[in-house]
Amino acid sequence: MKLNELTIKEAKEGLSKKEFSSVELTTACLRQIRKHNPSLNAFITITEKEALESAKKADDLASQGDAFKASPLLGIPITLKDLFSTKGIKTTAASKVLEDYVPTYDATVVSKLKDAGAVIIGKTNLDAWAHGSSGENSDFGPTKNPWNKEYVPGGSSSGSAVALASDMCIASTGTDTGGSIRLPASFCNVIGLKPTYSRVSRYGIIAMASSLDSIGHFTKTVEDSALFLSVTAGQDQMDATTSPNAPEDYLKNLKNGIKGMRIGIVSQYSFLGIEDNLKKLLAEASETLKKLGAKVENISLPTTQYATACYYIIQPSEVSSNLARYDGIRFGSARSAFGDEAKRRIMLGTYTLSAGYYDAYYRKAMQVRTLIKKDFDDKWKKYDAIISLVSPTLPWKLGEKINDPVKMYMSDVLTVTPNLAGIPGLSVPIGFSDGLPVGMQILGPQFSEAKLFQIGHAYEQATQWYTHKPKL
Amino acid sequence: MKIDVVHVAQLANLPLKPEEKEKFEKQLSEILTYVEKLKEVDTKSVEITSQVTGLENVTRKDEAKPSLSQEEALSETKSQHNEFFKVKAVFEN
Repeated sequence: MKLNELTIKEAKEGLSKKEFSSVELTTACLRQIRKHNPSLNAFITITEKEALESAKKADDLASQGDAFKASPLLGIPITLKDLFSTKGIKTTAASKVLEDYVPTYDATVVSKLKDAGAVIIGKTNLDAWAHGSSGENSDFGPTKNPWNKEYVPGGSSSGSAVALASDMCIASTGTDTGGSIRLPASFCNVIGLKPTYSRVSRYGIIAMASSLDSIGHFTKTVEDSALFLSVTAGQDQMDATTSPNAPEDYLKNLKNGIKGMRIGIVSQYSFLGIEDNLKKLLAEASETLKKLGAKVENISLPTTQYATACYYIIQPSEVSSNLARYDGIRFGSARSAFGDEAKRRIMLGTYTLSAGYYDAYYRKAMQVRTLIKKDFDDKWKKYDAIISLVSPTLPWKLGEKINDPVKMYMSDVLTVTPNLAGIPGLSVPIGFSDGLPVGMQILGPQFSEAKLFQIGHAYEQATQWYTHKPKL
Repeated sequence: MKIDVVHVAQLANLPLKPEEKEKFEKQLSEILTYVEKLKEVDTKSVEITSQVTGLENVTRKDEAKPSLSQEEALSETKSQHNEFFKVKAVFEN
């Protein structure tokens, strides 16, 4: 196996046994980037020089004994979605507005990852400002799906998912405001975690919709995802919304299995047609969970039919407010440099918040949000977790939905509800249809990440979808 | 649902090209028509949810700490004058 194909766990083992160095591991990732990024467009910035320097530092630290305990990601090459502020490294949000913006500070998560010893090898492509479901809204060109380059990889964290799925890194980061981690994870056959809102600091990450933004990551396995969250989770003085509750030990019960767990499955929606091949894969996943000892029952979440409408009021409203700060004076370019999707959302939000329309749109949406949250809360009385598809369709062809915003927004129909309710979701691969990956999301109550990992790990061990790799 | 794109763009300080007006008018009207769906939901006496953490009045001590230097704070502006941000005049005759 090539070094760049390793998981975090495998890479850590190899590094600590001195089977290879971080410089060798990082070089293997950089080589893969050079070879395949020109056709996939996963990166906006490749930080080769800085990466090799920090890999060298990691190797020096590793030679001084037990450095891996204090630095759980020592020498591990990762990528950052280009929405994460990085001191001295260009941070564009994939928008022409911030084309040459170089932050003067690191996001809290970036500091935590650096402190844990991670080697940052680049900043990945995304839908500009994280606005999109396909990766096509980037002002620096779309990212391609490594399973079939004519198809979208899912967005908005498109580059992070693709960089990982094509083994250009060992793990990658993302943000999820309405599905932006889970959707690309599902479209690229990798694990994606959207943590509970408030579990991971948002400080220094370019804001999209502040009451919905969750900071998460992509990994090759569920165990890696648990390990990664152990580094990023926790309260931050710089983000007043972060939870004061200490994060759990996410690895402790990981391998305890799911015997007796009660899992609700949502497989049908009265308002939404889902292709039979996708339903079949979800049914197979459900059977696997039953075989592993879980009690799986069909349930419905009736408020899901209003979720997209609710989300596409709340989210653009918050977007219009957050993007008001880009005035081209203190940093960045003039507002004329915004792309089409940002303009649409700014105008939509400005309209729904404006005098005379606030009650009809924004207030109404906040009330519906209460009902969506309650729909989930009622389920937690009976179930440990809920599973559903991540996307109602397979990945679509590049260009297919780009001129029809409503059609594009409907791609998020199954992923926006957890953001509105503030609950965590873990996207896990469940197989392939027409050669394209399909994923399910495992949802649970707020702060139930440890349990989601437990379910995801048991399922993953039984099915091993993560061993399937795209032919690049 | 019809939306006055020119007025909204002005409120949002967003310069629009003439050819963009028609495109956005159509697209935004379609989106607004779609979100009208919420009218079907009975929300009488339903409380609003503006955030999901349940946290209230989160404060920290107001202590002076080292922050960005003036040079760092100005490092990204394209237009500065005597170590200040240079902006367009607000009041002009």
